[in-house]
Amino acid sequence: MSARQGLVIKGLVKEYVPGKPVLRGIDLDLAPEGITAIIGPSGTGKSTLIRCINRLVEPTQGEITLDGEKLTGIRGGQLRLARRRIGMVFQEYNLVERLTVMENVLSGRLGYVPLWRAWLRKYPAEDIALAFELLDAVGLPDHATRRADALSGGQRQRVGIARALMQRPALLLADEPTSSLDPKTAVEIMELLARLTQAANVPVVINIHNVELAKRFAQRIVGMEGGRVVFDGPPEDLQPHHLRQIYGGEDWL
Amino acid sequence: MNNTMAPGMKPLMREWTYLTPAEAIGRWLVWLAVVAATVWAVRSIDIIPEFLADAPEQMADLLVRMWPPDAAHYYPDVHAALIETLHIATLGTILSLFLAVPIALLAARNICRIPVLNVTAQLILVSSRSVNSLVWALIFVAVFGPGPAAGTFAIAFRSIGFVGKLLAEALEETAPGPLEALTAAGAPWGSLMLKGVWPQVQPAFWGIALFRWDINVRESAVLGLVGAGGIGVVLDDAINFFQWDRVATVLLAILAVVVVAEIVVTRIRSRLI
Repeated sequence: MSARQGLVIKGLVKEYVPGKPVLRGIDLDLAPEGITAIIGPSGTGKSTLIRCINRLVEPTQGEITLDGEKLTGIRGGQLRLARRRIGMVFQEYNLVERLTVMENVLSGRLGYVPLWRAWLRKYPAEDIALAFELLDAVGLPDHATRRADALSGGQRQRVGIARALMQRPALLLADEPTSSLDPKTAVEIMELLARLTQAANVPVVINIHNVELAKRFAQRIVGMEGGRVVFDGPPEDLQPHHLRQIYGGEDWL
Repeated sequence: MNNTMAPGMKPLMREWTYLTPAEAIGRWLVWLAVVAATVWAVRSIDIIPEFLADAPEQMADLLVRMWPPDAAHYYPDVHAALIETLHIATLGTILSLFLAVPIALLAARNICRIPVLNVTAQLILVSSRSVNSLVWALIFVAVFGPGPAAGTFAIAFRSIGFVGKLLAEALEETAPGPLEALTAAGAPWGSLMLKGVWPQVQPAFWGIALFRWDINVRESAVLGLVGAGGIGVVLDDAINFFQWDRVATVLLAILAVVVVAEIVVTRIRSRLI
């Protein structure tokens, strides 16, 4: 295993429309452990930032490295190999609705498993063992053969987390994983995410709207506003005046 | 209630009409064009009044000659031709599915992101549809000679456009989320298609295939008229020899098969979806 240097982002700029940057030069250096929460108002580029890391969105400028390996500037097969080391959890779960829970979890291995095995559903035995382990860990031990569209929102996100961990990732990205869930389920999902990633020693970068959840589960908080980082530090240091700067106004505080 | 207005102000004159004068004239012109086109069409098709007058008589005569249908003719001649027709329809449909899938993948703008290929694929689909199956049959009779092989290819090539267009639409309607998730997991293109796209379009695919097979059973029944095999050949022979009781047998056999195909397809489709 390569030396764990964590995720390093240097001078990241993203312009969807030339001359109108969404990200205006982001510099972040994240240790290869713990949860980093990115907070900020809607439309400030949190999702863009997280998608630039695994190149679902193409950065305009800047350099990103994970454990010393460049993520920017690579293409094709190289990009694919880099992506399979980065797990991702989505707000809308993004499960394949008509496949079973088990197949959804196993599809986390598609970057590793050859096409013919996926086609014949002959996944390697250790992958299947890991999938069952993860299903137990996320609390869905009896749901392996149910179809994904038969699950509730919270259950779907549990499958989403299992799928991401199925990659045995070196980094886990989570884009608003709790925003579609009720408050109680949101806390349960965050607890699950924190517990499993700690056990697997996977660092997490998470976009989150809920400041309380961010403070409760993250070891580091990055506040963004207008495409720039305006706060970076442990949750204890996050003061009301920071929140005022990040979100604007103060009536809501 | 009139007192709500400030003193000294007159109410604005307001009027409501359904159409503005320009719209009214426009409508009138459209109607005029429709009537003119109809008159022109009727004048150009050369209806001979005498033939029109005795048409009911002729129809009645034909029906009398058809009755009773020649049941003895059914086996083995009509039966064998009927089976051949079903073979043409089925093989043609299967062949068209193989040919249509790659073209549909190229035509779907969310799968293939190269606009030139999208347009090319759509052009292929349109040209396949714009040629009638009888014309395709004439072409393939010229290539393969008369017989069921020509019919099978005619059915396949006519079906590519239909299957490909509907499949491309189904592909474009797939949810992008699962595909994004599998891309993020580093899945190669083949696995993306297999595990992200195929499960989403599977019901549509089988629905389209069955629907097209149903249409092809009907279409392949007439291909024999141009020598492309199937029950149409038997029908053509019977008509040419004025054996109207045999014609009736063939027509009833086609009707029976079409009805059975329709029932079978409807049953299976309702289970699929």
